Amino acid sequence: MSSIDYLRLLQLAAPETFLTLTGLMVLAVDLIVGRGSAPGTRIILSGSVAATGCLLAAGGLFLLPVYGTFAAGMLVADPLTVLIKVSLVILTLFTVLLAFSDAAPLADPGEYFALLLFACVGMMFLTSAEDLLMVFLALEFTSLSLYILAAFNKQSPHSTEAGIKYFLFGSISAAFMLFGLSLVYGVTGSVQLPEVAAGLARAGNDPLALVALVMIAMGFGFKVAAVPFHLWAPDVYQGAPIPSAALIASGSKVASFFVFAKVVVIGFGGAPAAVGSGAAPVWVILLGIMAAVSMILGNLAALVQVSVRRLLAFSAIAHAGYMLLGILAGTEGFGPLVYYVITYGLATVGAFGVVSIVQARTGSDRLCDFAGFHRRFPVLAFCMLIFMLSLAGIPPLAGFFGKFYVFAAAVKAGSLALFILALATSTVSLFYYLQVLKQIYVGETADASHWEPVPITVSVALLAMAFGVTLLGCFPDLLLNRITIALRITGF
Amino acid sequence: MLAWTIYSSFIGAALLMVLPRQHASLPRIVALVTAVLGLCLAFGGAIHMGSGELRTIVRVPWVSALGIDYHLGADGISLTLVVLTGLAAVAGILFSWNIATRPHEFFALYLALIGGVYGVFLSLDLFLLFVFYEIAIIPKYFLIAIWGSTRREYGAMKLALYSFAGSAMVLIGLIAAYVAAGSSTMNLMDLSAANFSRGFQMWAFPVVFIGFGVLAGLWPFHTWAPTGHVAAPTAASMLLAGVVMKLGAYGCLRVAMVLFPEGMDVWGIKILWIGSWRDVFGLLAVIGIVYGAMVALVQKDLKFVIGYSSVSHMGFVLLGLMTLNRVGLSGAVLQMFSHGVIAGLLFAVVGRMVYDRTHTRLLPELQQLHLNRTMPFAAVTFTLASMASMGLPGFSGFVAELQVLIGAWRAFPTLAVMTGIGILLGVAYSIRALHQAFFPDQVKTAAPAGPEDPVGNPISVSERFGVWLLIAASLLIGLFPGLLLQWIVPALQGPMFEALKKGGNW
Amino acid sequence: MNGFPILSLLTLVPLVGGLILLGLHSRQHQLARRLALAFSGVSLLGVLLLCGWFDTGTESMQFEERYGWIDALAVDYRLGIDGLGLLMVLLTGIVVPMALAAAGPVPDRGPAYFGLVLLLQSGLFGTFTALNFFHWFIFWELSLIPAFFLIKLWGGPQRSAAAIQFFVYTMVGSIGLLLAFLAIYLAVGTFDFMEIAERARQGTLIPALSASVGWYDLTTRQLGFVIFAAAFLGFAVKVPLVPLHTWLPAAYSEAPTATTMLLTGLMSKMGVYGFIRIVLPIFPEALRWVSVPLLWLAVITVVVSAAAALAQRDLKRMLAYSSINHLGYCLLGLFAITSGAAGELVAVEKSAALSGVFLQMFNHGLTAAALFWFVALIEKRSGGLRGLGDFGGLRTRAPVLCGLMGIALFSSLGLPGLNGFVGEFLIFKGVFGLTPWAATLSTLGLLLTAVFILTMIQRVFFGPVNPAWSGFSELTVGERWQVAPVIGLMFLIGIYPQAILGFTNRTVVTMIKAVGY
Repeated sequence: MSSIDYLRLLQLAAPETFLTLTGLMVLAVDLIVGRGSAPGTRIILSGSVAATGCLLAAGGLFLLPVYGTFAAGMLVADPLTVLIKVSLVILTLFTVLLAFSDAAPLADPGEYFALLLFACVGMMFLTSAEDLLMVFLALEFTSLSLYILAAFNKQSPHSTEAGIKYFLFGSISAAFMLFGLSLVYGVTGSVQLPEVAAGLARAGNDPLALVALVMIAMGFGFKVAAVPFHLWAPDVYQGAPIPSAALIASGSKVASFFVFAKVVVIGFGGAPAAVGSGAAPVWVILLGIMAAVSMILGNLAALVQVSVRRLLAFSAIAHAGYMLLGILAGTEGFGPLVYYVITYGLATVGAFGVVSIVQARTGSDRLCDFAGFHRRFPVLAFCMLIFMLSLAGIPPLAGFFGKFYVFAAAVKAGSLALFILALATSTVSLFYYLQVLKQIYVGETADASHWEPVPITVSVALLAMAFGVTLLGCFPDLLLNRITIALRITGF
Repeated sequence: MLAWTIYSSFIGAALLMVLPRQHASLPRIVALVTAVLGLCLAFGGAIHMGSGELRTIVRVPWVSALGIDYHLGADGISLTLVVLTGLAAVAGILFSWNIATRPHEFFALYLALIGGVYGVFLSLDLFLLFVFYEIAIIPKYFLIAIWGSTRREYGAMKLALYSFAGSAMVLIGLIAAYVAAGSSTMNLMDLSAANFSRGFQMWAFPVVFIGFGVLAGLWPFHTWAPTGHVAAPTAASMLLAGVVMKLGAYGCLRVAMVLFPEGMDVWGIKILWIGSWRDVFGLLAVIGIVYGAMVALVQKDLKFVIGYSSVSHMGFVLLGLMTLNRVGLSGAVLQMFSHGVIAGLLFAVVGRMVYDRTHTRLLPELQQLHLNRTMPFAAVTFTLASMASMGLPGFSGFVAELQVLIGAWRAFPTLAVMTGIGILLGVAYSIRALHQAFFPDQVKTAAPAGPEDPVGNPISVSERFGVWLLIAASLLIGLFPGLLLQWIVPALQGPMFEALKKGGNW
Repeated sequence: MNGFPILSLLTLVPLVGGLILLGLHSRQHQLARRLALAFSGVSLLGVLLLCGWFDTGTESMQFEERYGWIDALAVDYRLGIDGLGLLMVLLTGIVVPMALAAAGPVPDRGPAYFGLVLLLQSGLFGTFTALNFFHWFIFWELSLIPAFFLIKLWGGPQRSAAAIQFFVYTMVGSIGLLLAFLAIYLAVGTFDFMEIAERARQGTLIPALSASVGWYDLTTRQLGFVIFAAAFLGFAVKVPLVPLHTWLPAAYSEAPTATTMLLTGLMSKMGVYGFIRIVLPIFPEALRWVSVPLLWLAVITVVVSAAAALAQRDLKRMLAYSSINHLGYCLLGLFAITSGAAGELVAVEKSAALSGVFLQMFNHGLTAAALFWFVALIEKRSGGLRGLGDFGGLRTRAPVLCGLMGIALFSSLGLPGLNGFVGEFLIFKGVFGLTPWAATLSTLGLLLTAVFILTMIQRVFFGPVNPAWSGFSELTVGERWQVAPVIGLMFLIGIYPQAILGFTNRTVVTMIKAVGY
C-alpha cells in the first residue's frame, strides 16, 4: 500500500468534511451567540446554520461531483454514491427543518443539530465504503449519533427508553456483524468487497462462510428493522424525538439498504454458485424469509396500532420487507431499490413532520388526535394525504412507482411467490394508512381550541416533500434516469 | 380533444381546492361548468373521431427506462364509455346541488374521480391505465366516508379495500405480463401481440379478470357494491354504479381478454360441464344476475334494492363478455352504457329526491308517505327508471340485454335460459319496489307517520334537468342503438380483438 | 312501399296525446277527458280512412313502411297490415273511445288516467302493425305498462295484487317469447316476421336453429319444439289459455270497469293476434305435432271457463270468465286448423274456421267491451255494487238500459242476427269438419254460456224489485247516444258479416295457403 494522498482524500470526502465542519460551527454558534437567548431563538439560530450547511453540501455534491476511489475501496465516490449522498443530505435537511417545530424537547439545540449532521456524515461514509472494515466503522459512527439522538429528550422517559433500547439492540447486532465480518475475513483473506466476492466463490460450500453471511444479514437486518430484528423499531419510532425518529426511519434506512445491497450484490454475488447446491443459495432463502415475515408481520401489526408513530414503525417494517425484494432481485433490483428507498425516505420524513405538528399541539400522537386536522391545517392535511398514499402505493405518487419497479424486478428475478405476497399485504396496508386519513378528513372533534400556527420552515419543508413525492411519481424519469446512468457507469 | 376531458376534470378539481371558501354556491357552478365542458369535449372528441377504429391521441415517452409511454387513444368502446362518463358526471352534479357541507372538497374529489375514470377509458398504455384506475379509488373512499349515510365509514373502507385488492390482482398480472414480454413495453397493443405461453395465459387471465371483476361486481366478489352504494352520497352512488363499475368491466375486456385470449381456451377436462375459465366466469355472471335479483327482491332498504340490482345488471355485462362473439360483446358494451344511465337515475330518485326529503329509505316507512301523491315527479321518474331497469323495450337496457342474450344463446344456451329467469326476477323486484315505495295501497292510518310534510321543498330545477338528461339518453339509445353501435362494432372488428375472434364463435 | 306513413302516424297520434295528457296538471281532468276523446276520435278517423283505402283484392301487406333502423343488428322498422291487422286496428279504434266514454270524468288524477289509456292505444296500434319482432316487442311491452298502472292506481280493493299478478304473468310469457326470438334471430339473422315465416315455409328454420344453438344433445326436432314452447307460452298467457288464465279474473274484476273494457276488448286480442301472425306461420310443424293436446286445452278452456262463470256471484268476474270462454273458441278454431290433414278437401273448412276466428276476435272485442260498459253504467247507479244477488227487477226501473244490455248479452250468447252468432257459427262449422270430437265437446261450453247469461238476465233484470233500487235511474240521453252506435254495429255485423269478412277474405286464403294446410 503506497502512501496516502491526503489531498485526494480531502477532495473525495469534501462534502463529509464540510458537513462535519458545519456541525462544529453549529456547536460554536450555539455556544457563543445563542447562550442566554430564548430557546426559540437558539433553535432558529443553530438550525439555520445546519440547514444552510446541508443546502450547500447538497448543492456542492450535485453540481460539482468528484469521482474516484480511495485506498482500494475505503472511500468510493461514483455517480451512484453521489446520488445517494445527495438524497441523504436532502433528507437530513428536511429533518433539520422539521426540528424547528419540535420546540419543547430541545434543551440543547446546538448539540442536537450537530448530532443530526454527524449522523448524516456517518451515513455518507457508509454509502461510500466498499471495504468491510470501513462499513463497520461508518455504521458504528452513524449508530452512535443516532443512539444519542434517540435519547436526546432527557425529560421524557420514553425517549430515554428508546435510546437505551436502540443502543442495546444496536450493540448486539453490531457484535454479530463484527463477528460475521471477521469470519468473512478469515474465509476470504480480504475485507474489500470485490475480493471478498472472489474469495467466497473460491470457498465453495464452506460452512464458515455460511455462518458469516447469516451474521452479517442479522446485523443489517437490525439496521433496516426487518423481522425478526425489528423489536426496537416501534419503541424508538414512538419514543425518540420526532426528528430523530424521522432520520432513523429515512436516512439511516437509505444508507443501510444501499450498503446492504452492495454487500450482498457485490460480495455475495459470487456466492450463489458456491453456496447453493443446485437450489437457491442460502442467503436468498434467508432474505426471502426475512422479507416475507417482515411484510406479513409489519402490515398486520400496523392494523391495530393506535399511536401513529408506532403505526409508521410497523409500516416501516413492512416496507423493509418490500425493499428486501429488491435486494433479492440482485443486480436487476439495485436501481429499483435505490428509487424505492429514496422516495420512501422522503414520504416518511414528511409523515413524521405532520405527526410532530400534531404531537406538539396535543401532546400525543394517537389516531384520534388527528381528528379534524384538515380544518385546522388544510394544506398540511393535504400533504399528509400525499405521504400516506405514497406509502400505501397509490399512483401517481412516488411510492407506487417504486413498488411497481421493485416488484417488476422481483418478478424478473423469479421470486413470484414473494411478489404475490407483497401485493397481497400491500392491500392490507391501505387499511391503516386510510385510518390516519380518515381521522384527518372524516373524523370530527369537539375540541375547538386554537392551535398555534405552524412555523414557516416546517410548512415549506412539508410542502417541498409532498411536491417531491408527487413529482417523482408523475415523472419517475427525473430520478430514474440518473439512477440508470449511474448504475451503467458504475457497472452494475 | 378527448384528452382534454381528463385534463379539464383535474384542472377543475385543483381549481376547486384553491377557490375561496366563502361562496357556498361557487363550487357547484364551477363543477357543473367543468363537467359540462367534459361532456362537450367527450361528444366533440367522439364526433371528431368519427368511426370506432382505434386511434392514438397522444403518445410521448414517459418512463423511458422501463418503456412506459404516456399513451392516450380511443376506439369505439372508449368513446361510448367516455360519453357515458360525461353524462353521469353532469347528472351527478345536478343531483348534488344541495350539498352544503364542505362543497369545495366534495366537488373537487368528485371531479378527480371523474378525471381518473376518463383516464382509464382513454389509456392505451397499461401502466397509465393502472395509474388512472387507482387514482379513482381514493376519491371514492372520501366521498363515501365524509358525505355518506348508513354505515358510511364501513362501506367506504370495504369499497376501498376491495378495489385495492382487485387492483393488486391486476397488478400481479400486469407485471407478470410485462416481465414475460421482455420488460420493454407496457403498450397494450404490443403486449397483446407478445404471444405469451398458453400456460402463462391460463393463470394470468383469471387473476386479471377477477381483479377487474371485483370492481365490476363479479359474483361472489360483489359484496362491496351494495354496501358501498348504500353508504355513498347520491352523486357518488350514481358514479359508482354508473361509471366505476364500468371501469372493472372495461378492464376485463380491454386488458384481461385482450392480453390473454388463450386463457379462455378449454382446459381439456370438464368438471361438471365446466371446461374453461370462460365457462366459469359465464356461470358466475349468471349467478350474479340471478342472485343479485333474488336478494334485491327481499331488501327492506330501497337503496339496497338498487344496489343489488346493479350487481344483477353488471352480470349481463360479464356474461356478454364471456360469450366471445360480436353480438354478445357489443351487447356488453351497450349494457355498460345503459346501466350507467339507468342506475344513475334510480340512485338519483332514491338518494336525492326521496331520501333527502323524507330521511328514510325503508320500504315500510315509505309506504306510509304515499309518495305517488306527495311526490308525483319522483314517482313517475322512478317508474320510468324501473321500466328501463327491468329491460322493457324502448329503453337502452333492452337492446343491450337483447344482444347479450343473443350472444349467450350461441355460447351457453343453458345460461341464456337461466338469464331469462334473472330478467323475470328483475321485473319482480322492480315492481315490488315500485309498489311498496311509491304506489302503496291506501293504508288505514290516515295521518302519515313520517315527517309532517314530506315534500318540504319541491323538486328543484336541477333535479328535473338531471332526470330529463338521463331519461333522454336511455330512450335515445333504446330507440336508436345504432348511434352507439356504429362506434362499438367497428371497434370490435379492430385488430385488438383479432385474437378473440379465433375462438371460433365470433 | 314507404308511401304516406299512415300507420306510423296512427301509432304516433295517441302516443303524443298520451304524453301531453300526462303533462297536464291533475286538476284539469275535464280538459283531459275532452282531449283524450279528441285524440282517440282522430285515431278513429284515421282508422276509418285506412279501411277506405284498404285494397281488399290483394293478399300482400299494405301501407307498408320499411326503414333501416339498427344496422348492426339488421333490424328494420317495418310496418304493414293485411286483413287481420286492419281488423285489429279497426277494433282498437272503436273500443278505445268507448272506454274513454265509459270512464266518465275521473276526478282522481284524471289526466294521468286518460293519458295512460292513450298510451295503451298507441301500444296496441304498434303491436298490430309491426312486422319486425324488435319494435313489435317494444309495443307489446309498452301496452303492458299503462294497463298495469290503470289497474294499480284506479282499481278496486285488491288492485295491487291483481296488477302485480297480471304484470308478472305477462312478463313470464314475454321472457319466453323474447328468448325464443333471440334464438331464432341467431339462426336466421333477422327479426322480420315475414322473412322468418318464409324460412319456416322452406323448412330451413328449425335446422338453422339447431345449427346455431347447440344445446345439450337435443335433436333438431326437440330443439324446435322447445323454442316453439317458449314462444307459445308468451301468447297463451295473454289470451289466456287454461291453465294459464288465473291472473285474468282478478285483473278484470279489480280494474276500473272502463279499463276492463280495454283489457278484454283489446289486450286479450293481442294474444290471439300473436298466435295467428307469429306462431302459426313460424312454427307450423311444432303446432301440428301437439295439435291434439292443444285442442284438448282449448276445449277445456271453453268448458271450464263457462262453468266457472256460472259459479260467479259478481257481474264482472262472470263476464271475465265468459271472456275466457269466448276466446277459447278462437283458439279452438285455430288449433283445429293445424290438426287436420292438408289438402283441397278440408281447405274450405279451414277457411271457414279461420274466418270465424277473425270475426270472433272482432265481435268479442266489441261485445265484451260493451258488456263491461253496461256494468260500468250499472255500477255508477248502484254506487259500486255489482253482485249478482244485489239486484233484481231493474227492468222495471230502467227499461232502456236493460234492453240494450240484453241485446249485448244475447250477442254474447250467440243469438242469430247479432254479431256473436256469425263468428261462432263459422268456427263451429270449420271445426266440425276438421275435428268433430273437439267441436262436439265444445258445444257443452255453448250450453253453459247460455245458462249463465240467462241466469244473469233473470237475476238482474227480472224478478221482484229490490227496494234498495227503487230510485234506479234510466240511461240519460247522452248515454243513449253513446251506446247506440255500438249496438247498431252489433246488428250490422250480425246481419251483414261481409262488412268485416270482406276485409279478411284474401288474408284468410293466403294464410291457409302459406302455412301449407
